[in-house]
Amino acid sequence: MTDASAGIDDLGLIPRKTTTTVAMDFGRVSLDSELILYLFGTPGQHRFWFMWDDLVRGAIGAVVLVDTRRLADSFPAVDYFEEAKLPFVIGLNGWEGQYPHNEEEVRDALTLAPHIPIVRTDARQRESVKSTLISLVEHALTMRVSVPGRRG
Amino acid sequence: MGGPGWEDGLRRYQQEPSSPVRPFTVTGGRTTPRTHLAMETLVHSTIPPYQDISGLIPEYQAINTLCRQVRSVAEISALLRVPLGVARVLISDMAAEGLVQLHQPQLDAGKPDLNLLERVLSGLRRL
Repeated sequence: MTDASAGIDDLGLIPRKTTTTVAMDFGRVSLDSELILYLFGTPGQHRFWFMWDDLVRGAIGAVVLVDTRRLADSFPAVDYFEEAKLPFVIGLNGWEGQYPHNEEEVRDALTLAPHIPIVRTDARQRESVKSTLISLVEHALTMRVSVPGRRG
Repeated sequence: MGGPGWEDGLRRYQQEPSSPVRPFTVTGGRTTPRTHLAMETLVHSTIPPYQDISGLIPEYQAINTLCRQVRSVAEISALLRVPLGVARVLISDMAAEGLVQLHQPQLDAGKPDLNLLERVLSGLRRL
């Protein structure tokens, strides 16, 4: 699953709505009185890419949630966001605090550029998701400030 | 309207089994909205809560109920469980009839501006 764009729900950082019709998880969180952050989660399979084209427009960035047991499934997503020039971070999804592969192994396997952050995350944990999103926005800011014209 | 009945109506609408036929039937087969609608475009209802809307089609009624608070196009699509393309057609039709008001996003060449990114960052840190 890949989270493109940003948003969340009012209760926490875990999207609450699953809609099979449109294959999209959706959530939002109010950041201040006039700022709402939206999160959209879409499946990573190729047949859902038509939705990604919409999601990346105007988006802050994307978190590519990677299951290290199935690394190859993440290749197309990484390619897609590189191509779309959308800032993205890799979220290494761990289970019960277990991360079978370290960051460097994953960076090598995905042939990721050194500037793209890899963060350990647990998509079910609020604090973990929050810090992943903070990493993403920090990365997006860095891309905008330091390397005009080059993003990702 | 405005009573719990409308919430029930929305709930019933959401619980109806999804069919590939109905969504594009209500758009008259159209898949392209009359105005460009970004999925983050915000929508809110302009119909006063006391006005009788029983003459509107169920989809308009459901969108009207949802949009008493400001909602994004994507959110309406997800909550009503209709494809994004259908939501876009319905919402732009409603806007053309003056039933909803649209707030288009302001983007700096399609990208969030620096000030916005900083606000998002500090907002996230405060959570």
